[in-house]
Amino acid sequence: MSDAITHEAHHHGPPTGAKRWLYSTNHKDIGTMYLIFALIMLFLGGAMAMVIRAELWMPGLQLVEPDFFNNLVTNHALIMVFAVVMPAGVGLANWMIPLMIGAPDMAMPRMNNMSFWLLPPAAILLVLSMIVPFFGGGQTVNTGWTLYPPLSIQSGMGMDFLIFTVHILGVSSIMGSINIITTIINMRAPGMNMMKMPIFVWSWFFTALLLIVIMPVFAGGVTMLLFDRHFGTSFFDAAGGGDPVLFQHIFWFFGHPEVYVLLLPSIGVLGMIIPTFSRKPLFGYKSLVYGMAVLYGLGLIVWAHHQYTIGMSIETTTYFMIGTILISIPVGLMIFNFIFTLWKGSITFETPMLFALAIILMFSFAGTTGVMLAVVPADLQYHDTYFVVAHFHYALIPGSLFGLYAAVFFWMPKWTGHMYNERLGKIFFWWTTIGFNLTFFPQHFSGLAGMPRRIVDYNMIFTEFNVMSSVGAFAFGLSHLLFLYIIIKTVKGGEKATTEVWDGSSIGYAGLEWTVPSPPPFHTFEKAPVVK
Amino acid sequence: MTSNEDSYYLPELSKWPVIAATALFITLLGVVLWVNGGSLWITGLGLVGMGYMFFGWFGQVIEESMSGKYNAQVDKTFRMGMAWFITSEVFFFFCFFGCLFYLRTISLGWLGGEGTMARSNMLWDDFAAAWPLISLPNGGGGLYAEAKEAMGPMGLPLANTIILLTSGVTLTWSHHGIKHGNRFQQVWGLVLTVLLGVIFLVCQAYEYYHAYQEMGLTLNSGIYGATFYMLTGFHGFHVAMGTLMLFVILVRLLKGHFSNEHHFAFEAVAWYWHFVDVVWLGLYLFVYWL
Repeated sequence: MSDAITHEAHHHGPPTGAKRWLYSTNHKDIGTMYLIFALIMLFLGGAMAMVIRAELWMPGLQLVEPDFFNNLVTNHALIMVFAVVMPAGVGLANWMIPLMIGAPDMAMPRMNNMSFWLLPPAAILLVLSMIVPFFGGGQTVNTGWTLYPPLSIQSGMGMDFLIFTVHILGVSSIMGSINIITTIINMRAPGMNMMKMPIFVWSWFFTALLLIVIMPVFAGGVTMLLFDRHFGTSFFDAAGGGDPVLFQHIFWFFGHPEVYVLLLPSIGVLGMIIPTFSRKPLFGYKSLVYGMAVLYGLGLIVWAHHQYTIGMSIETTTYFMIGTILISIPVGLMIFNFIFTLWKGSITFETPMLFALAIILMFSFAGTTGVMLAVVPADLQYHDTYFVVAHFHYALIPGSLFGLYAAVFFWMPKWTGHMYNERLGKIFFWWTTIGFNLTFFPQHFSGLAGMPRRIVDYNMIFTEFNVMSSVGAFAFGLSHLLFLYIIIKTVKGGEKATTEVWDGSSIGYAGLEWTVPSPPPFHTFEKAPVVK
Repeated sequence: MTSNEDSYYLPELSKWPVIAATALFITLLGVVLWVNGGSLWITGLGLVGMGYMFFGWFGQVIEESMSGKYNAQVDKTFRMGMAWFITSEVFFFFCFFGCLFYLRTISLGWLGGEGTMARSNMLWDDFAAAWPLISLPNGGGGLYAEAKEAMGPMGLPLANTIILLTSGVTLTWSHHGIKHGNRFQQVWGLVLTVLLGVIFLVCQAYEYYHAYQEMGLTLNSGIYGATFYMLTGFHGFHVAMGTLMLFVILVRLLKGHFSNEHHFAFEAVAWYWHFVDVVWLGLYLFVYWL
């Protein structure tokens, strides 16, 4: 009896002070920390993009040294991939998966906190890698996020900082993934079988499976880089029998599935939002799950389409070309799932839905340029031009970042208990979408005309396209101040959100997140609910 | 203290995760400074922190487990956690084995002039690809020094194979001892396993010493030396960790922590040990033998 009373006392409310966050074992608090971390890093990575676009405003050198420009390109990518999209995705997973499947918390709450608290050290190491060259740390890291040798072997100690950034992030991702998979398999409420789970949970299931496969391989790759740099091995040096191309294979064995790591959680978010605002159950739930499984499998075996120009044999490139084009089948399937969910639905256009619809359109566009790039003879023309830059920004900004924005608008009322301001949300949507398209659409043309990527200067004939891009980029960047304002305003107050939040949120749907109050109490589902 | 059969154990606030993250940060920061000419004391500081963390965190988990706070569902969580951790380790070694195969077949083939994409004729005309690679493409100048000979499969490596395989048997023998409550069998099985692990490590240390001193086989001997030390080195590191884990389990066994039904910690270490065993078989086959 006394045991029960202390139990109640412990779980009354959140602990107070810094310990609540530093020592947290609560999935909601840890999710919040992930999301805030991602938001801060979004502004850091975004600021780098602004400097890049300011430099490319005109041909010639404006603001920064060429080496530092390449360093900005490198760190912009690393930050956006590892410190923005991935943590934000894990933050969503932390918040929503236990609520959706009726679990009291993540399966391993302490390890969950460690996954998060590894991120600030990684961010510190990454920033140090930028700073040390100014204090006698040797050559700036100017390789791009791919860290290809031999250039990465010649870089100064900034590269060592990046190598260990990757190691820490790898540890964090692997622990996070183990936690998520275990939670999904082991922590579901009675009656919530796998094929009833909300599609967002499925998307994270496959994402976590991917991370467990690819992060150790990347860790091995950068370890070899470290040994080549400091301990005299010759993995990536032909003089000792090694091969720089080997690193490219390792990197892209990780790097290509990594794209799906960024993409899949957003696909999951779309699978939640589109049925809600179409007021119809998701069309083809099973096929969407199987589609993600196929995407998982194919994603692991098509990596070398990033390396068509390195001199692989015809047989090899042909294999990678066919494999890559096959990916359009599961992705196309997902797009059709969403379109048929919309079909004959009673659709309303709240901010999350606007984002979702824009994602379908813009991501399909990225898919189309992706098929172009997958074709070997065509890619030889497009390779390392701004066409590629345009392609992957269309894939990653709508495909993952906008998915995260949609998720924030969709779930923020559940997290905070307040509705966001719909008018401001819509303004943010249009502002950011127009800014994004203005930035990256012209880059298709400059790329096809031959403008190379990762170069600080360009031929005068590309000036107009670049001015357009820069204007768009500043608008796109500026729109995020509004995003920040909306978030702060919603956290502070606003119209009270109901338990269901959206009137279509529970149609044909077994998830449990809409059965808890908004905001949910500090501890939810301490007694497992039963799903019928 | 009653066990709460129907509720999942949720830990209170814990300081260990932050300590773990900080210690890892200090360790790796120290390594960066060390490889760039600094001293090792920062790394040492970090490692001390890691040790403190492992001691404290695992100690707490053991205490919670012993006081019956974990129900069957928590037990399943631990099992899955360990299984997926080992899966990620499999892919870590997959990376190095993949590199070995790539270098042996594709890189060396091309360097030796094989196929239409060969680049060797433009680099080193008279290089002939062979495995183990003793004569380097650039003749052993510059950064690299050629080894005198390659490591053969007989002798010490074969002995090590037998030692590790035997240790797998003794561990299983000990496990059966726990399941059937045979004290002699469980304790001595585990003691033998720990000893075999230590003997393996000593043998490997001697092998490295021999290779460096007498065979001229070093990290700088081109990709044969590089892959040899990378694969056997990371494996050896795992054996060292595994031996340490086995030792901890032995201490816990002597303290009577394991019942014939409830001994997951033992099983987790056993899984890990068998995984290390299997990796060694791959190593013996592809690094030493073929």
